[in-house]
Amino acid sequence: MKLVTAVIKPHKWEDVRQALEAVGVTGMTVSEVSGYGRQKGHTEVYRGAEYDIALVPKIRLEVAVDDEDAATIVDAIERSARTGRIGDGKVWVSPLDTVIRVRTGDRDNEAL
Amino acid sequence: MDGYYAFMLIATALVLMMTVPALALFYGGMTRSKSVLNMMMMSYVAAAIVGILYVAIGWSMGWSGDGTFFADPFAMAWLKDVEPTFYIGVMFQMTFAIITCALISGAVADRMKFSAWVLFIPVWAVIVYFPLAHMVFSCSESALICTRIGAQDYAGGTAVHINAGVAALVLVLLLGKRIGWPKDKMRPHNLTLTMLGAGMLWFGWYGFNVGSIVIGYDPTDPSAFELERFVAETGRTFANTTLATMAAILGWLLIERLMHGKATSLGAASGIVAGLVAITPAAGAVDIEGAVAIGAIAGAVCAWAVGLKFRLGYDDSLDVVGVHLVGGIIGTVLIGVFSTADGAGGIDGLLYGGGLGSLGDQSLGVLVAVLYSGILTAVIALAIKYTLGLRLDEDDEVGGIDLAEHGESAYDLHPGSFSSGGSTGVLAKSTVRTEEGAQA
Repeated sequence: MKLVTAVIKPHKWEDVRQALEAVGVTGMTVSEVSGYGRQKGHTEVYRGAEYDIALVPKIRLEVAVDDEDAATIVDAIERSARTGRIGDGKVWVSPLDTVIRVRTGDRDNEAL
Repeated sequence: MDGYYAFMLIATALVLMMTVPALALFYGGMTRSKSVLNMMMMSYVAAAIVGILYVAIGWSMGWSGDGTFFADPFAMAWLKDVEPTFYIGVMFQMTFAIITCALISGAVADRMKFSAWVLFIPVWAVIVYFPLAHMVFSCSESALICTRIGAQDYAGGTAVHINAGVAALVLVLLLGKRIGWPKDKMRPHNLTLTMLGAGMLWFGWYGFNVGSIVIGYDPTDPSAFELERFVAETGRTFANTTLATMAAILGWLLIERLMHGKATSLGAASGIVAGLVAITPAAGAVDIEGAVAIGAIAGAVCAWAVGLKFRLGYDDSLDVVGVHLVGGIIGTVLIGVFSTADGAGGIDGLLYGGGLGSLGDQSLGVLVAVLYSGILTAVIALAIKYTLGLRLDEDDEVGGIDLAEHGESAYDLHPGSFSSGGSTGVLAKSTVRTEEGAQA
């Protein structure tokens, strides 16, 4: 099993959700996060006082999937989240040891 | 004339609205979210304290008779011998005392003990505001600024704005900088509140400036009322107040655009207040060209002056000095340049061939107000600093003054998180009325 994690631009979230739905993803965890990479923050000025706002708001989504589905899902996110400008975000895949469905106690692939 | 009385009722309510809630909103939006309730409370509690104190001795100190600095504080204490037909005049002056005290609060945001504020306000009102109001507004035979110096001040450039601005400067010098200032981020947490507050201040300011008309009105002899003069003078002050404010918005935005690249909403809100402050003393003295000039100058200069605190190193949190002291001085001094003989003061300024006389009187009036307010505010603040203490504990300041001084948070921004009750807290045991508790 794999955990696919993506950090994307907030306004691309709806496109990514639809792309994932199209390849059969039925659920995911989404959080509002902030951070920075090559896309730096910005400057705001209040009565002449400049503030450097370092952090940029992003959406982080996590999907736990079968090993064989991971590549399709990464591809769907990559296509749907891309604008071609700095700040499009990142996708990474990490191995998952155990998954448990809390309601039924199902384990691993049964629980996905 | 019945209309005059109705007008004063409305003007008085408008000026009270400038403090509660307009100024509280204007300042509250500019603080950080952990300090907004304390910021607003400083205005609300100033209204309560100063209002009662004004009736107790403020009116008497201002208006019970003659005096260079103030009149007999006890001759009309608790409005003794004041006819109810004159109460609205008392209430009108009371609202000025309230807002002058409340204006100071913007400078000391985030860090002044609430108890110190509650002590400072009444002492400052009695020792500084009530006398200055007498010197400027009463125009009794030997009143220092109005009569002896002969400086014009229609609605309070000296007694209200310069006074509050100087007091703010003295207080922040004795109080010290906020922890982390100027390095840490202290950007305004809700500029929509500030925009709303600035708009309401503008609306309320018509009560402040237009209501400041001094005209004889004897309820027992209504026919003596000078209707034509009343209409002409209120028309002039209303127009001047409006046009100066508009010019100040543009002046502020222009300077901001040139110096910092963008015209901002906070700049527009600040321009409104800077223009209103500057036209306050001059509302009756100048014509509409003069009002536009004073507004534009005040907007532009104040937009620059709010940056002085970073260069000189005083933490005037919400720019009471940069807007009220600087704007008040501009408006009061420029009367000497732009006033016209057909205005309320009957004096031509420098630009209209009146020479330097008025400019000198106006400048001397400013100097006296600055010295009087500065010296006595320092005495009061030092006395509190070395007894009760002015400054909040370091931990409380970092954690937020709302929680430390009032036990409240302004916003519950994450209802539902970490609890089932639809909010981020649960009622404490001491509050929940249980069966056992009810029986006990």
